[in-house]
Amino acid sequence: MEVTLTVNGVEHRADVEPRLLLSDFLRHGLELTGTHVGCEHGVCGACTVLMDGAAVRSCLVFAVQADGCELATVEGLAPGGDELHPIQDAFREAHGLQCGFCTPGILMTLVPFLRENPDPSEAEVRAALSGNLCRCTGYQNIVAATRLAASKLREVEV
Amino acid sequence: MGAHPHVGAGVLRNEDPQLLTGRAIFVDDVHLAGTLHAAFLRSDFAHGRLLSVDTSAAKRREGVIAVYTAEDLGDYWCHGPLLVPPPPIAGLTFNTATLVPLARDRVVHVGEPIAVVVAESRYIAEDALEDIVVDIEPLPVVVGLEEALAPDSPVIHEALGTNVAAHVVQQKGDYEAARGDAHTVVSRKFSYDRGVAGAIENRGILADWNARNEELTVWDTTQAPIPIRNGLAERLGLLQSQVRVVAPFLGGGFGPKMMMFYPEELLIPWISMRLERPVKWIEDRAESFFATTNERLQLHEAELAVDSEGRILGVKDVFLHDSGAYDPYGITVPINTQCTLLGPYRVPNYYSEFTAVFTNKTIVTPVRGAGRQHGVFVMERLLDFAAKELGIDRVEIRKRNFLTPDEFPHDHEILFQDSAPLVYDSGDYLPAMEKAAEMIGYRKFLDEEQPKARAEGRRLGLGIVSYVEGTGIGPYEGARVSVEPSGKVQLATGVGTQGQGHFTTFAQIVADQLGVDVTDVHVVTGDTREFSWGTGTFASRGIVVAGSACHEAAIVVRKRILSVASEALEAAEDDLELADGVVRVKGSDLSISLGELAVRANPLRGAVAAGAEPGLEATSYFGPARGTTASGVHAMIVEIDPETLEVSIQRYVVVHDCGRLVNPVIVDGQIHGGVAHGIGNAFFEELVYDDQGQLLNASFMDYLLPTATDVPHMEVAHVETPSPLNPLGVKGVGEAGAIPVGALYAQALEDALQGAVEIREIPLSPGRLFDLVQDAEADS
Ligand code: FES
Ligand code: FES
Repeated sequence: MEVTLTVNGVEHRADVEPRLLLSDFLRHGLELTGTHVGCEHGVCGACTVLMDGAAVRSCLVFAVQADGCELATVEGLAPGGDELHPIQDAFREAHGLQCGFCTPGILMTLVPFLRENPDPSEAEVRAALSGNLCRCTGYQNIVAATRLAASKLREVEV
Repeated sequence: MGAHPHVGAGVLRNEDPQLLTGRAIFVDDVHLAGTLHAAFLRSDFAHGRLLSVDTSAAKRREGVIAVYTAEDLGDYWCHGPLLVPPPPIAGLTFNTATLVPLARDRVVHVGEPIAVVVAESRYIAEDALEDIVVDIEPLPVVVGLEEALAPDSPVIHEALGTNVAAHVVQQKGDYEAARGDAHTVVSRKFSYDRGVAGAIENRGILADWNARNEELTVWDTTQAPIPIRNGLAERLGLLQSQVRVVAPFLGGGFGPKMMMFYPEELLIPWISMRLERPVKWIEDRAESFFATTNERLQLHEAELAVDSEGRILGVKDVFLHDSGAYDPYGITVPINTQCTLLGPYRVPNYYSEFTAVFTNKTIVTPVRGAGRQHGVFVMERLLDFAAKELGIDRVEIRKRNFLTPDEFPHDHEILFQDSAPLVYDSGDYLPAMEKAAEMIGYRKFLDEEQPKARAEGRRLGLGIVSYVEGTGIGPYEGARVSVEPSGKVQLATGVGTQGQGHFTTFAQIVADQLGVDVTDVHVVTGDTREFSWGTGTFASRGIVVAGSACHEAAIVVRKRILSVASEALEAAEDDLELADGVVRVKGSDLSISLGELAVRANPLRGAVAAGAEPGLEATSYFGPARGTTASGVHAMIVEIDPETLEVSIQRYVVVHDCGRLVNPVIVDGQIHGGVAHGIGNAFFEELVYDDQGQLLNASFMDYLLPTATDVPHMEVAHVETPSPLNPLGVKGVGEAGAIPVGALYAQALEDALQGAVEIREIPLSPGRLFDLVQDAEADS
């Protein structure tokens, strides 16, 4: 089936099998391998991308369902060059990642969350991240990084 | 800049920009044109005779390139190596049964591979698995440990004639005599179960045989690329120099990514050579529950003999250990249990006996902690029970038994997993306990908070336990440091990396010696083409062993820098200082950059002195005599909902000693992750097998990893007793956090339930707590 979709502002047209997962299409079709796959059954959150602005698990979506959608992946987050997005910056500063495998999914989960919750409490951050598994960090520095990111984003907005 | 501007500082990680932007390359991110994809047909039965495998329909499916079964492997089919032979313990029984690449006439656990399909896409390969017709005659299944040893039990490995994988006795002193002198003896049965490593990245392999250059490149999610390279070369009849194994970024390891060999690891390269195409296999989550090794149950019968003051006279422990279907790791896990049980305590008499047992389940190999949890649980619980019986405070009984600083090095007179005597190098346990008690507010909690909460009908409990961890074992690792003409430093080492921050901590160590910034040290690790010698990242040894090698190599390079600079600047070496990437004559403007010195050290013309080596480069190796002992105390306060028995952690305190801290931020992160893993083990994670050896919860929906709402905020502090066994004074930390959590939960929950139950098992859950409370009520 023919699909046309936009990923990080670039339009892609492809002929895909109806059963092809969006995660596989992004990773292996478009070679956007920043989106990771940890479970393929919707639990770990590593495959989270934005579909028309909302965080979705790309392992639970078929590529054909994304036809006509605007997608955003971790590759599109940083403004380019050596510069990082404020959320990425905060994760580096607060040591919010170890192996980094869960990280892209977490970053993409946080983009809409922090847009809607510019000043979240620790409990709100933990609840927002409860669908993203991380085996390395014990979440503590991820939570700290998220709150740091929120403050950085608030500064940018002002 | 001071003498050590980087080591000891929480510098930002060099690897983060790559990881944060999605540029970092993990195994499944490597795309090669023409790659074929493999999928494995796995046994649905835990035990059975494999009568036939018909792959003809699968081979006919469009897009399928090849299907292989054990028959097709010819000479390549053989049992894998015994990765860790047991230490030379007198009277030891050890029966080896190592893995096979594909099951041939018998399957011994669910998920054991039977056939592999190679196709144009993974989707097609998986379709074709459905086309394969397998005939297995089920055999009686061995699941329970005690049942496995019953005389009428079915035997898994017929050639061995027994399900005993190992039987080991280690002892010091005379336990029975000590028992005779004891004021009190507490004896109990314990069961301690563990689960999966749960790295978020599953395993994967991409092999590319280049028939024109006769070179094999393998990208592998391994913690040990060099041993894999060596083993593959041997098995495939290639020179080591023809094989390159790359462990790029890994999405977590935690133990099971260090195996030799997983069947897939052996087969994918072989297939690539057959088909002369790149072949990739990426494990899926369901497969990982069966096909990736994990850790499991031990059953202990233990007793502790104490005098009237609670001083330990002796410990006796007899236990069974589940090895799973094969035992490629020898006795590594149970011997860790045996050795770690002794903890930070003075134990004059010890009798420890274990029997490792084959069962029809996934293979057990080390997972973060590697059997240490089980031992710590037994010892800490025994101390708790003894304290209660003698009416001694639980912190006090521990303090009375701690080894004191003047008792180091302390020889426990038994052998550790690395075959070296179990000798603690250094430690200071009392201050750690006092600090933890102070941080958690031990006295105030017991005297005020808990009684007040109880009066309000709330169930609050506190736990506080200690443990040691043998870390940083040999044999050795190496590192090569070179200063490039750009002035940047290249650092290559052989260990793989799975999130520990090696790109930063190793760089910190080298940066301090060479007077450069951490960001100017480019670390390459896990690529056998870059560094050819070493073993891998396991047993909390990266920073200790590889870190020390980095340090030694950097010292040699520093000397070379100074000697070349002394000539260039016509100044005595003693008058030179190295900082900010230049060598300067102290108190003058005269200086030369490291880049210029690198060029001078590698001249294009002219003569060099006899015996001179080119470049500012050195390779060093470090092999510690034995492991170094880290330690810690964890404390927590929990509240149990009286209705649901839901447990919430209100405070969590860690006081840890891993010697000198290279990067405190990274160290704390390691501890956080370990604790979270420990919490999972204590309260969320359990591999549930039925009596047919079927795993009933093989998904992240049913097997629960702790989430951000389950893991509390942790307060971490350190005491530092440097290790005398390495030049940096460091001890390992990778596994530490995970080790004492089961023991901690048990004590805290018992406390919250006001002694209504005695907890002698892990894992727990609200449901299990409910049952224990009910049973206790029925009994009383
Ligand atoms: S891979 Fe999609 S949620 Fe785990
Ligand atoms: S950083 Fe490794 S899984 Fe989160």
